Amino acid sequence: MSSSRIEILNDGGLRHDARRPYELRSTSFQLNTHPTAEGSSTVTQGLTTVQVSIFGPREPRQRSQASHDKAIISVEVGVVPWAQGGGGVKRVRGDKRLQEIGASIRQTFEPVIMTHLYPRSEITINVQVLSADGGILPTSINATTLALISSGISILDYTTSISIGLYLKQPLLDLSHVEEQDLPNLVIASLPNSGKITLAQMETRLHVDRFEEMLSLGVEACQVLKTEMEDVVKSQTEKIVERMGVRSVVSSGMAVDE
Amino acid sequence: MVREIDPPSIQKDFLLAALAEGKRLDGRIPLQQRKIEFIFGEELGNVECRLGKTAVLAQVSASIVKPREDRPYEGFLMINSEIGPMASSVYENGRSSDSEVLITRLLEKSIRRTEAIDREALCILAGEKVWQLRLTLHFLSDSGNLLDCASMASMIALKHFRKPDVEVIGDEVIIHSPEERAPVPLAIHHTPLCLTFAYFENLPPILDPTHLEATLCEGTLTVTMNAQREICVLSKAGGTPLAAEDIMGVVRVGVDRVREMVKIMDDALEKDRENRVVEVR
Repeated sequence: MSSSRIEILNDGGLRHDARRPYELRSTSFQLNTHPTAEGSSTVTQGLTTVQVSIFGPREPRQRSQASHDKAIISVEVGVVPWAQGGGGVKRVRGDKRLQEIGASIRQTFEPVIMTHLYPRSEITINVQVLSADGGILPTSINATTLALISSGISILDYTTSISIGLYLKQPLLDLSHVEEQDLPNLVIASLPNSGKITLAQMETRLHVDRFEEMLSLGVEACQVLKTEMEDVVKSQTEKIVERMGVRSVVSSGMAVDE
Repeated sequence: MVREIDPPSIQKDFLLAALAEGKRLDGRIPLQQRKIEFIFGEELGNVECRLGKTAVLAQVSASIVKPREDRPYEGFLMINSEIGPMASSVYENGRSSDSEVLITRLLEKSIRRTEAIDREALCILAGEKVWQLRLTLHFLSDSGNLLDCASMASMIALKHFRKPDVEVIGDEVIIHSPEERAPVPLAIHHTPLCLTFAYFENLPPILDPTHLEATLCEGTLTVTMNAQREICVLSKAGGTPLAAEDIMGVVRVGVDRVREMVKIMDDALEKDRENRVVEVR
């Protein structure tokens, strides 16, 4: 592990950006942020911003890849050149790391999207990282969930994701880029209603006994994220319903009944 | 991209019915691995690992290069792991499929990022000369679970390999040929090994899935662990959602299993050492 130049956790129990260990970064969830996509969302967690747009279900671009009984899902991940900052390594399309993130997103959502409802079609998930400050994968997964909801594609449950680090014996939630560099970190994605884990990824050495604690903490954090996301979805839907004037229709309908 | 033909549904039903009774098609019990076999080549650092019918050949070689400016004390470890059509017709040369990327990335993470090899021990002359190790993996046949086999092949090849002894006098470096001085083994911190589990709906997990099992399963989970009870890499991408206890259960199985595997590897190395003349003196 490289020696850190920043203080991960100071004596007052605060992290380098003045958060407490279990505090998440400020989040914002926006729906329908792409003009032409079926569904889209922009999610900001701290200084990481990801935009996801969903195209489809539509006819597969490659006929040979189509499946007769379910939809296939393809994921493209891109990072805009300025997201990394001047000193960062530039990531281009086809980069192994990006390809891996894409594969993780695809595999996470394959069992969540009810693909059997859309046979012989393709659902394209386009992920664009607009600014990166740690946690690209969890933010992308959260954004994909919201984009799928806004596109109206049937899914089983929200899928929320978070990164968990460990400093000495203290687990930390939602790591920023500097923390990611220095700490062993675990990314999990879970279905909050059942509390089950669909994705778990860890890249650094960690003792088995510490792992369990991080896992259950992550599941709990995913539940919190879900309530936040649900609030946004509900208020958005409420607005649309109001504008469509469904309420007045309902009330007039009731008037007829009376 | 070549797409494989899906196995017939009657085969799937048969496999699932057998699994429900705790049996697997090749006669193993759910948490049993296929037979591990090591074949040592003539040179040091050339080992073929077989896991049932899956075979991976690992070859380690060393050369002397100039280190990076910002890390003058560190040598290099390069991992070449391109899967060609020799392993299976689904792999193409020059174009990497998703599964190939996952295998390569996981190998890289479990060997390089966990610092299995002490790279500072590869330094000869700070800022001037360091060893560059090149680990080349040849995937000979894919009968399922290439990753576990490749990780075993890599680690045993690295343990088997010896680099020529060097002597530094002032600024001068003398490389002794194996005839002159016995070559020295690499400094290895720990032995990370991958274990892949496959999941089927409402059934307990199985270890070391064959190709058929891997095609039919709902999802896989790979843990890389070492004998010190540390998880080095954990990767469960999608597939059936699992409860936290299920994941912990698998990890606990992994702890014991990795210890046994390390022992098998050490025994094989010991046996090879007896038959090999390395020391000349």
